[in-house]
Amino acid sequence: MSELVKLHYDVDGNDFAAAGEASMKIKKELRNLGFPQDIIRRIAIAVYEGEINMVIHADGGTADVSVGLDEIDITLADKGPGIPDVEKAMQKGWSTASEEVRSAGFGAGMGLPNMKKNTDEMEIETEVGVGTTIHMKVYVA
Amino acid sequence: MTVQELVDRLGLDPVALPHPEYEVTSGYVGDMPSWVMGNATEGCAWVTILNNRNIAAVAVLIEMACVIVTEGAGVSEEVAQVAMEQEVNLLCTEKSSFDTVARMAEFL
Repeated sequence: MSELVKLHYDVDGNDFAAAGEASMKIKKELRNLGFPQDIIRRIAIAVYEGEINMVIHADGGTADVSVGLDEIDITLADKGPGIPDVEKAMQKGWSTASEEVRSAGFGAGMGLPNMKKNTDEMEIETEVGVGTTIHMKVYVA
Repeated sequence: MTVQELVDRLGLDPVALPHPEYEVTSGYVGDMPSWVMGNATEGCAWVTILNNRNIAAVAVLIEMACVIVTEGAGVSEEVAQVAMEQEVNLLCTEKSSFDTVARMAEFL
């Protein structure tokens, strides 16, 4: 696949209320590149959910977006605690978020399901105590 | 109906109103960002008691017409500033989410 643009963002893990910076920047870049609104919206939602997860669970991480002619690849990586049971984590409503996080409206257990719903491919690599990397693809052709 | 019309009819307090001309095409009520992200539609007026600056991010990503913070929850100066920077229409009201939505349902 020929790549047109590569974007890299660091996700700050200190403040979950501030999450969304990377997704908003990515959204702006994709709009400048002229992608359809629906594609941009799906990617923005997927990255946003990833950002929230990285802030809540992993003290931040990185978001990389590789824009190609046929597809947009998104890689979200963190050095957090890992996901012990991915199948459970993929269930709507399942969350390990703290009470503090939930009281701010997060931790609804919709993050990973929303990411899957909005992308064409999604793969989770995770190891307890090491971290989690999520690869997602959205077809644009 | 435009956001400005919604402000006038419901007597909302426009904390940030960079785009009063945006068209309101639907409504959504919810206080959990992930539910909102998964279900709210573009052009909606989002009614919520959430008042942290994340509401601006959600509004931008979904391309909402406006956010209405209800129940007198209010927003901080910082959140109002973020809304202006991100060009998000942010409105406040003392009324409950229920009352706000009930009024909106008359027009939408």
